[in-house]
Amino acid sequence: MDKVIARVEDAVADIPDGAVVLVGGFGEVGVPYGLLHALARRRVRDLTIVNNNAGNAGRGVAELLAAGIVRKLVCSFPWYPDGYVFRDLYAAGKVELELVPQGTLAERLRSAGAGLGGFLTPTGVGTQVAIGKQTVTLNGRTYLLEAPLSGDFALIRASKADRWGNLVYRGAMRNFNPLMAMAARTTIAEVDELVALGALDPEVIVTPSVYVDRVVVREKHPCRAPD
Amino acid sequence: MPGTRLTRQQLAWRVAQALEDGWVVNLGIGMPTLVSNYIDPAKEVLIHSENGLLGIGPIVDDPAARDPDLINAGKEPVRLLPGAAIVHQADSFALVRGGHIHAAVLGGLQVAENGDLANWRIPTEPMGSIGGAMDIAVGAARLFVMMTHTTASGEPKLVRACSYPLTAERVVTTVFTDLAVVDVTPEGFVLREVAPGWTPEAVQALTGARLRWTDPVRTVPLPSPEVAA
Repeated sequence: MDKVIARVEDAVADIPDGAVVLVGGFGEVGVPYGLLHALARRRVRDLTIVNNNAGNAGRGVAELLAAGIVRKLVCSFPWYPDGYVFRDLYAAGKVELELVPQGTLAERLRSAGAGLGGFLTPTGVGTQVAIGKQTVTLNGRTYLLEAPLSGDFALIRASKADRWGNLVYRGAMRNFNPLMAMAARTTIAEVDELVALGALDPEVIVTPSVYVDRVVVREKHPCRAPD
Repeated sequence: MPGTRLTRQQLAWRVAQALEDGWVVNLGIGMPTLVSNYIDPAKEVLIHSENGLLGIGPIVDDPAARDPDLINAGKEPVRLLPGAAIVHQADSFALVRGGHIHAAVLGGLQVAENGDLANWRIPTEPMGSIGGAMDIAVGAARLFVMMTHTTASGEPKLVRACSYPLTAERVVTTVFTDLAVVDVTPEGFVLREVAPGWTPEAVQALTGARLRWTDPVRTVPLPSPEVAA
């Protein structure tokens, strides 16, 4: 079983119009820039992108937005100085936004990956986030009922993979990536290094191979951003 | 005539004094991340950031020393201290929401006298950013808000009721501003400290809700200049 794909373009070639694409990362750390760069160059449209942020300058999710291929962003933190690509598109009514508190976003992804129907959280009670949602009161505490969030594809970033797709991460690179790996039908991992099967200690594997469908090894260069 | 206001560094130092040995503390984006630079080295305080790092050290200023995979909630480069741990985002917010944090320090746009917090959107902007603020606000055992006392145009930020979109209801424990330290109690705001050169009355004049206090009100302690100016 060899999930490694040699060309990054081939890894994202079958993402269709209208797909829901989960994209890992928190800020500029743990973002699969190579996969995003390849996706931005494809002729595809009306994607729903799920990411914590909205990209930085012209990089990452901002590259997808600038390419005009995104219809909707599901996100916790879209509004900040170098997120100007999103800001301009949003102000012009060219992209939709579903704003989700970060902990709720993480748990919705986990919930989907774990086969659950949703969960109760106190986060957002009494705020705009509660609009349109069911509330449940248990033991005197009020919760919002939140739904699972799954994707057709997950583009994730990890540090090392083997050919089966077992993954380990590095530092703050981990963030949403293990959750998105679980929550998508097809998970594509962009990694720094491919190691031999058996080289990853089972005690330290964070994403078991079952969740990963394709592995792409990044070109070696020191910059985090795409070439 | 009122004195000068605390600098960001002096305010961050003051907040750091409120953190106790052995606490797990979440530092939010903006001014709060400065607090990590001023924690007394004699205290073992575990700094948590929402992106899953537990045990963060000071911000790394030297570009050559930065690790590209280690950033805090404010996307600033940091290093990990001995004893640190790393978790993914769902486990990071489990830590927050599940009540495992002794104190969180968040920025603020408005704090109401009942403890409501608004800090994710300015109404004149088309949109805002929530991030981890709503989760952190409901989950932390103590919520410290660190903010300027008034807006750039001089409007009070401590108010009777928030007019900005809420982050969470009835969550704030203590507000640390560049003019004062104010506790939120069942009776409303209680003024504990005023910045050097300020009187309770002068601070009340810049506050949008009633402050209660007992004379004499302490002056906010300041660090020595070589620590923070």
